[in-house]
Amino acid sequence: MKLKHFLPLGIFAGLVVFLAIGLTLDPRKLPSTKIDKPAPDFRLTQLLDESKTLSPSDLKGQVYLLNVWASWCVACRQEHPLLMELAKSGTIPIYGLNYKDVPQPEDPFDHPKRLNAERFLTLLGNPYTASAYDEDGRVAIDYGVYGAPETFLIDKEGIIRHKHIGPLTGDALVNEILPLAKKLEG
Amino acid sequence: MRTLCLFLLLFLVASPLYAGEAKPNSENPIIEARMLGLSKDLRCVVCQNESLAGSQAPLAADLRQEIRNMMEAGMSDHQIVEFFVERYGDFVLYNPPLKPITYMLWFGPAILFVLGFIAVFLTLRKRRATAAVSLSSEDHHRATELLDDGERK
Repeated sequence: MKLKHFLPLGIFAGLVVFLAIGLTLDPRKLPSTKIDKPAPDFRLTQLLDESKTLSPSDLKGQVYLLNVWASWCVACRQEHPLLMELAKSGTIPIYGLNYKDVPQPEDPFDHPKRLNAERFLTLLGNPYTASAYDEDGRVAIDYGVYGAPETFLIDKEGIIRHKHIGPLTGDALVNEILPLAKKLEG
Repeated sequence: MRTLCLFLLLFLVASPLYAGEAKPNSENPIIEARMLGLSKDLRCVVCQNESLAGSQAPLAADLRQEIRNMMEAGMSDHQIVEFFVERYGDFVLYNPPLKPITYMLWFGPAILFVLGFIAVFLTLRKRRATAAVSLSSEDHHRATELLDDGERK
């Protein structure tokens, strides 16, 4: 047997390796372009108090999480208990960006716009120091959000340092986000 | 007949449901055409194998509206594409830019083609060399015999 005869087998093995790597990648997770860039500025009214506003410029000087959520978002419910626990521990302040949370376009009962989101927090608990109400999702577009929930870790200078796509997991929180937050806290 | 009438009435009840589907189109047909042209080259980040033009995802509708607004504000196509790349990365471009990280993407198929061509060329040349081996008359005789033998059966 000449070495040459093993060539197809070698090519096949290479292909298997490539495809195996490909299978472990999640195409839904886009590499974020926003890491190490300033968090886009906005000023929105607060979900629970329309007379107050929330803006990243108010939050300079603290390390915090910005969690994009909505009452209609199933995965947000999934991560909610973890957020509650985190808020209770007082490790890091969590701010919310309430994303496109409005009643159906043809709402027969004429609900107030913020009712669903308010109910979500009343029923399940409110882990957020405050939530900004992004009615049309315009601010979320600036953050490159393509599906709730997404969570940004923002440092004292207002720079985005980490982005978690999809529901937060205890693993991601303990092994990635909180250690990084601690480092940023200095 | 009454059942049919009731059945048809159901459609009337359902018709307001469609009202929400009407997309706020730009009143300017030029902008609408420009928007559609541009959004064909952009990927919808929610349903990743669809273009922004063809996607029914709510985010895609918002982004199309965003494009209309930017066009009405007088931004060029190039500026709008930059707006998207800034937010979602080169991944949103169906026509990715040429830079070191995309060299394999752009040149990979050409390299594979050349390699394949070389492989075919080498194989064919070897085969021709093999075919050129001439048979001795004895071999020829034996081959004919074997073939005839096969036919008889």
